[in-house]
Amino acid sequence: MKRREFLKSMTALAAGSVLPAAPAIWSPAKAQSRQETLLIVSESGPNNIDIHGVGTNVPGYEVSWNCYDRLISHEMKTLPNGVQYYDRDKFRLELADDMKVGDMSVTFKLKKNAVFQDGTPVTAKDVKWSLDRAVTVGGFPTFQMGAGSLTKPEQFVVVDDNTVRVDFLRKDRLTLPDLAVIVPAIYNSELVKKHANEKDPWGLEFTKQNTAGSGAYRVVSWNAGTEVILERNDKWTGGPLPKVRRIVWRMVPSAGNRRALLERGDADISYDLPNKDFVELKDLGKLNIVSTPYSNGIQYIGMNVKNPPFDNLKVRQAVAYAIPYQKIMDAVLFGLAKPMFGAPAESPTEVAWPQPHKYNTDIAKAKALLAEAGYPNGFETTLSFDLGFAGVNEPLCVLTQESLAQIGIKCTINKIPGATWRTELNKKVLPLYTNVFSGWLDYPEYFFIWCYHGKNSIFNTMSYQSKELDALIDGAVTAAAEGDKTAYDKDVKGFVDLAYADMPRVPLYQPFVNVAMQKNVSGYQYWFHRRLDYRALVKG
Amino acid sequence: MGPRLHGDDYMVGANAAMLMMVVKRMLIAVPSLIGVVIVTFLLTRALPGDPAAYFAGPAATKEAIEQIRVTLGLDRPLYVQFIRYVGDLARGDLGNSLTTGQPVGYEIKTRLPASAELTLLGLMVSMAIAVPLGILAATRPNSIIDHVCRVVSTAGVSLPVFFTGLILIYVFYYLLGWAPAPLGRLDVFFSPPPHVTGFYLVDSLIAGGGEVFFASLKQLVLPALTLGIFSLAPIARMTRASMLAVLASDFVRTARASGLTPFTVIVTYAFRNAMLPVITTLGMVFSFLLGANVLVEKVFAWPGIGSFAVEALIASDFAPLQGFVLTMAVMYVVLNLLIDVLYGLIDPRVRIEA
Repeated sequence: MKRREFLKSMTALAAGSVLPAAPAIWSPAKAQSRQETLLIVSESGPNNIDIHGVGTNVPGYEVSWNCYDRLISHEMKTLPNGVQYYDRDKFRLELADDMKVGDMSVTFKLKKNAVFQDGTPVTAKDVKWSLDRAVTVGGFPTFQMGAGSLTKPEQFVVVDDNTVRVDFLRKDRLTLPDLAVIVPAIYNSELVKKHANEKDPWGLEFTKQNTAGSGAYRVVSWNAGTEVILERNDKWTGGPLPKVRRIVWRMVPSAGNRRALLERGDADISYDLPNKDFVELKDLGKLNIVSTPYSNGIQYIGMNVKNPPFDNLKVRQAVAYAIPYQKIMDAVLFGLAKPMFGAPAESPTEVAWPQPHKYNTDIAKAKALLAEAGYPNGFETTLSFDLGFAGVNEPLCVLTQESLAQIGIKCTINKIPGATWRTELNKKVLPLYTNVFSGWLDYPEYFFIWCYHGKNSIFNTMSYQSKELDALIDGAVTAAAEGDKTAYDKDVKGFVDLAYADMPRVPLYQPFVNVAMQKNVSGYQYWFHRRLDYRALVKG
Repeated sequence: MGPRLHGDDYMVGANAAMLMMVVKRMLIAVPSLIGVVIVTFLLTRALPGDPAAYFAGPAATKEAIEQIRVTLGLDRPLYVQFIRYVGDLARGDLGNSLTTGQPVGYEIKTRLPASAELTLLGLMVSMAIAVPLGILAATRPNSIIDHVCRVVSTAGVSLPVFFTGLILIYVFYYLLGWAPAPLGRLDVFFSPPPHVTGFYLVDSLIAGGGEVFFASLKQLVLPALTLGIFSLAPIARMTRASMLAVLASDFVRTARASGLTPFTVIVTYAFRNAMLPVITTLGMVFSFLLGANVLVEKVFAWPGIGSFAVEALIASDFAPLQGFVLTMAVMYVVLNLLIDVLYGLIDPRVRIEA
């Protein structure tokens, strides 16, 4: 290029950089598609659309839930506030046409007309292949199957083309519910096998990018970190045909923008906004706001009971009396949570979980307990939290720090990035921290196995060990399997009482799942996985 | 005839020299790129996070985490991991991103144009405001316009980009409803044009879709304005300073004395000579913006390379981080080279020895 030409072109470029005004273009076709399309906005999107994949994230579960069928699912029930809530105890047949529960096995007959999205019929060997895959691929899916005593491919037996039997490893009341979670999805085995190879025998690379199920939706386009577009599968046999033809799910990282999009009526649904925004939106009344407590989930303050000073019961009780519960409810959560503290002193323990403990903020009592424990002047420690959920965790920890300082416990706040949080928890050395645990399966013993049992799972973050508590948990598991209600009730009450007497972790509240929708959107259902079920949603 | 021939000879010689310079500069860049590869590899490994624990999911057991560590090859000694990484790199494979699940090469290929399109447009907006402002300020030092220039550029650079972006969205989208929803590169109901350059404005014109062109232009206006406001300061200040120097020089005085119009003197004579430092600044601002517009990308849900890298960093996702830093390093090398070549085109005296 010659110098003069270049200079000329530079001038032209500078002149052209004044932006022309864009005319608004509206076409009737676009308005039509807006009616049949649901726009969902959320902070983050899937990294894999197959829940069996390595490290599939939670948004990925949502795609899997809507694009695949399971043998069984749950019925819905209506809560007093009108919210549709999954019924833990009632199963609905999805791919199965018939379910016969025997003593040590359950037999499913498949729907005759059920087909995969490419038109091939769903057969018993697809079911076996899919369940084999879930218990073999390793990682989270295998672990989740194991939680319902589903661990070996031999447990899944093809009886005939249309019939599958699942043999029980042992009596476990979690086995059936575990067949209705997201993981035991049924895959088009022939299609996936075509894309499998020696290095990848289960075709994980293929299903990571493609849906190969019989579900109500299929992914037509997925641009990681940007959007997922799903279209209805008109051949779906798992239930009544969904009303929404097309789902566009856009990732909008800024919470302020998600709110603006909702308020302007551009987005139809958002379900991860800060509590403050939800409260304000509720007051404005322009949108439908639904808040539902996490099933089987609790945010708590945990203490490492292996090491001093928290190995001392009196110290733990002092902490439980020093936490500013109500302040946290008001200033951090804006009331959008269910308190797990301050139960009346005379109220009996229930056969339920989560349930509130009897502690309240009482600084004088906390001080006295700390003095009795041999720390009249308090001590120094660190209070850790997961930066990934800083919106709630940070103010919560600052309030707690302030309150603990009043009884002489000086905390340094330790912010741990999301990527490191689980590693740190796993080391089990954090002295004092806040965290959330919630279980898909909504049974008290399920929560306690993970969080309190002496086999010390990652969620027993306190390293709590108690032979007595273990016996009660194991007792409840056995009683549930045998249907012995009296023994079960006694054991559940027993382990709740003991956990609250020993107080290795202090429950604060049950968090809420908050969903904001336009007024013309209805059909929201709460599921144990807390993600959206598109199949029931209706627009207009 | 004679002098013309002489001119062509001169150009041929100059082009050859320039080619030599380009090759030389490329060779010099090789050691720095090798350095970048090694340093990023070590730095990502030194991050405190454990990707295996992160990706094992919320309910993983220790065994599950170990399993994932083996799957990811993170159980091997560091040097084995490095050899594998370099081997993959030699084959052009940048590895897989765990956060988005896609190959890093593909991610960078699709996200870099998004960032580049936005940054270029932002730079154009900035130039369209800053260059005239700088020239005006220089021709009337210490006048009202000079103070306006100073205030505007200082304000622009002092406001954090996410703040400017949010304010613009609040006013033009939320309150006035003039701007489209801040939902990334295109409205939900348009599909992107077929991929040619990755720049939606260009691709939509190639595909002949005026509707898509305007739709993507509308999406670009606010984020480009945000970036433009942010980068006003260096460009306006540099234009002003270098114009001041040139306007005080002998040849401008001569031009004025010869009775040329002020416009000709300022634009044709002075500005062309003042362009060199401005181009240098532009290059710096561009490469700086490309990496630093993470916040604009976050605010406008822009699927760019900056937000991609930050997300990878949060998740201790090694491959995309390494890919990002490497891409940026290559871009810096290319950009600096390009600027040097531009120098030569603008000012024949700078037919440099590299």
